[in-house]
Amino acid sequence: MDQSQGGVVFERVTKRYGAVTAVDDVSFTVQQGHLVTLLGPSGCGKTTTLRMVAGLEPVSAGRVLIGGNDVTLCAANERDVSMVFQSYALFPHMTVLENASYGPLSMGTDKAKARDLAREKLAMLGLAEFENRLPSELSGGQQQRVAVARSLVLEPAVLLFDEPLSNLDAKLRRRVREEIRELQQSLKLTVLYVTHDQEEALAVSDHIIVMNGGRIAQEGAPEDLYERPVSRFLADFIGDANLVDGELAPEADGASFAAGGVALPVRAHGVAAGPATLAIRPQRLTLGEPGHGVPGTVKRVAYLGSRVEYVVASAWGELLIFDADVHRLRRRDEAVGVSFLPDAAIVLPQ
Amino acid sequence: MSTALAAPPVFVPAMRDRATTWVAAGALAALAVLPWGLEGGASALVRAVRGEVAHGVLVALAIVTLVCAWRGAARATAIGAGLAVVWAFAAAFAAGAKGTSFGIGAAVSLIALVACFARAIARRGAFKGDPAVATIVVVVAALLAIFIFFPVGSVLSAAMFDEDGSFAPGLAASRLFAADIWEVKCLTGGVHCGVAMNSAVLATLVGFVSTFVGLVLALVVQRGGQRYVAITKVMSILPIVTPPFVIALALVVLFGRTGIVTTLLNDWFDIPRSRWLYGLPGVALAQLLTFSPIAFLLLHGALAAISPALEEAAQTLRASRWRIFRTVTLPLLKPALANAFLLGFVESLADFGNPIVLAGNFDVLSTKIFFAIAGAQHDPGRAAALAVVLLGLTLVAFWLQQRWIGKLSYVTVTGKGDSGLHALLPPWLRRSCLAFAVVWFVFTLACYAIILTGGLVKDIGRGDMTLTLFHLSQGFAIDTSSRATMFVGSAWDSLFTTLEVAAISAPLTAIVGLLSAYVITRHRFGGRRAFEFLTMVSFAIPGTVIGVSYIVAFNVAPLELTGGMAILVLCFVFRNMPVGVRAGIAALAQIDRTLDEASSTLRASTTRTLTRVVLPLLKPAILATLVFSFTHAMTAVSAVIFLATAKYNLATVYIINRVEAGEYPLAIAYSSVLIVIMLAILLTVQALVGEARLGRRATPMLAGGG
Repeated sequence: MDQSQGGVVFERVTKRYGAVTAVDDVSFTVQQGHLVTLLGPSGCGKTTTLRMVAGLEPVSAGRVLIGGNDVTLCAANERDVSMVFQSYALFPHMTVLENASYGPLSMGTDKAKARDLAREKLAMLGLAEFENRLPSELSGGQQQRVAVARSLVLEPAVLLFDEPLSNLDAKLRRRVREEIRELQQSLKLTVLYVTHDQEEALAVSDHIIVMNGGRIAQEGAPEDLYERPVSRFLADFIGDANLVDGELAPEADGASFAAGGVALPVRAHGVAAGPATLAIRPQRLTLGEPGHGVPGTVKRVAYLGSRVEYVVASAWGELLIFDADVHRLRRRDEAVGVSFLPDAAIVLPQ
Repeated sequence: MSTALAAPPVFVPAMRDRATTWVAAGALAALAVLPWGLEGGASALVRAVRGEVAHGVLVALAIVTLVCAWRGAARATAIGAGLAVVWAFAAAFAAGAKGTSFGIGAAVSLIALVACFARAIARRGAFKGDPAVATIVVVVAALLAIFIFFPVGSVLSAAMFDEDGSFAPGLAASRLFAADIWEVKCLTGGVHCGVAMNSAVLATLVGFVSTFVGLVLALVVQRGGQRYVAITKVMSILPIVTPPFVIALALVVLFGRTGIVTTLLNDWFDIPRSRWLYGLPGVALAQLLTFSPIAFLLLHGALAAISPALEEAAQTLRASRWRIFRTVTLPLLKPALANAFLLGFVESLADFGNPIVLAGNFDVLSTKIFFAIAGAQHDPGRAAALAVVLLGLTLVAFWLQQRWIGKLSYVTVTGKGDSGLHALLPPWLRRSCLAFAVVWFVFTLACYAIILTGGLVKDIGRGDMTLTLFHLSQGFAIDTSSRATMFVGSAWDSLFTTLEVAAISAPLTAIVGLLSAYVITRHRFGGRRAFEFLTMVSFAIPGTVIGVSYIVAFNVAPLELTGGMAILVLCFVFRNMPVGVRAGIAALAQIDRTLDEASSTLRASTTRTLTRVVLPLLKPAILATLVFSFTHAMTAVSAVIFLATAKYNLATVYIINRVEAGEYPLAIAYSSVLIVIMLAILLTVQALVGEARLGRRATPMLAGGG
């Protein structure tokens, strides 16, 4: 609990709009100095959650704590948080410097001091030369930095990002997300970050909270979520996965999973025998000669240079396979056997 | 994910609310210092000390409110302030005509107490706890209640009571259903129809024909293959700067018994002089010339909004130009056509200026109401009944509009800009539209030429075109011979009053309208829809009805305003307010909400957000509202003709009086001065801020004007 003192505690929070429940009994903690991502498909309640932390939406039930203080009833302008908006929300009639010094001036800081604070953060983000420009005179990436600088000026206890990369092109996106992560680590910022892009979430986060239908589906470190999804939805949502429905049966030295008349050994990890789903990452499947593992036929081949992607029609349905062995190229309609190590597959209860 | 409207956050009660305390202190100060009554004299505190119980109770309640606000007891503050306001009104109305009329002290202290009440209930959680929003909503709603709903309610009840003030449902029924209102004898060969029937027939005719004219002109501009920028520009400015009787005056000069055209026809073709102009044909013609530009602007916008891709798609599907027009363009225009018709209908019903000049024996509701009050038969009850009928017809039209158009709307503009070219009209249609447009335009220009030159010649009504400054000097002579400059012309007083009233009411209109627009678009609170509706209601009430209701309601204590300048200002503010609200809503819709939220997360209060972020971005809308309400205050007739007095006369009323006295040249000269002043103001402002929005934004809101 000690570490969460400077962070955010979200305690059994619910948000209803009339009959619709957008966020349903959600609890989580953002530890000080960590970057936590709210990840989920659109409509899952992640932005609503972020806005409730900011104070832009009142909560229907539950408590919000920031830096150990209960701020549930505080307005946005009374909370020690700042937000970087998806649209950046730069004031179009103010220069970069005026935008950046807006926060301290709202707090009643005198003008000269407010400018100094603003200049310091603008310089940190490499924007010193742009301070007299209007937002409309900046590129998308520069506008994004101004938005970050503006929210950093108040040195808030928590910094909120609402899909900050969605208005940037693909190349820039990668660079900016690295910059954000670097900034966060060097300044030891506490950040709550919303995105729908799982790759972005895996790349920047200390901790990821996956939301679905207004609830938390799973949370954990990036590698936990990737390697150990707890449900069909999660296996499918983060990264690519082959999902096979079948029957789990106990064996003497473990368990076996049977579907389409083919049974292979797996690790059950406590899942009860009976109907189950098997999730396997495409790069964990191995193509071999017919007679090994699940029999099938190559349907489609895509050569990508670093790997080859195969779609195989098999007794377990269509399987997606990434093969790193680009020299042993298989042809369409070639008969193959698909196998995997027992540890590579995740058994999910149905 | 993010919802359409983000709620402002819940307010956290601090122990003491300093702002509320200051407002309460202000209320008390006003009670102590400012003269309570209309005729000046003692303040409420002095009256209380003298032993007037009503004022004693009020001052005591105000003190209680202040103490509670200072101690941070929100519930007690709300109760105290609310009771004080209710008590002040109850006591004043109980005293009735013999009591004291509310003056400056009453106005200031009561508004402050209402604000106290609003802030206090916000602290108790109403309006999502936002005191600024609560204050705006409650104060504006209270003002609307007093200056729109109370007077209109008074008229409704005035129609129900006889001259002694006792309830008379039989009399009310006989007034409302009198034969001279509803009879339809003219259809079956009789001489006259009822006045409501006349109005309805006229309005339907004008609605149809002005829609047709507007459509033809819009097609020429939008689908004619040429750029007619000038037409659009002239058409968007004319309705703003034209006082509503000007066209009628020009028509008299052209087609009256001694008119220019009449004389020519008589001389050349021996066509006998007649009085055909005075009656339905003349009024309809004048209204068509006056209101067609509005239909034009509406349809012009609608045509421009149809995605060119739709017409191009039809083209690639081998449709001819005529087929495209008939099967794509025209069907998509349906909602706009319906809208244009209803707007023309409502404008015609509400119009006062043209019928007063041209109606002759063809009675319409607006003029009939006026003569029931101002004429020899002075009968306020009958005027009230006629006002109820007029209001009913107008509301039915608006109700139809809401019911029908709401379902008819096709969205043809998507977020992504469709590039492409609109299809042209088939050549024969284009040529006929163009020919019609040219005739129409020449006719319109002739009317304005008459007005602008008529004041400078000896007697344009009889064709005497000798140049003279006589009429101008009669109205606007300045005597500089003595030491002090003297404005000796007979029109100066009314012009100065008009400019003063317009200059005072314009900023007030902008403030009330834009603040209302801000809370409507940016905050979610219980009753938001109802509040939006309230702010728009006065839009649907014809000016004549407002005029009658103001003299019925504000003739006696405690709200005695007739005869002063305040009632003129108030009338303009609350009549033009919907324009400010609409302009504000439209402008705010283009300002991303996240700017407000960003400001809020950067620790700015609602007030700081409003002044530093929202207002600077609203500048164009503010200017548009200022210009519109200023010019509208200068051109309005229908409401203020009841309210203007010899001391506070207005330009338009002065001109109408000259017309009634047969002094056409002076009336025309004065009209041209008004048009020139307003054109100068409009063009200056357009030059200053770029013409971007002024014309288009203001014009669709002319309904109910005049």
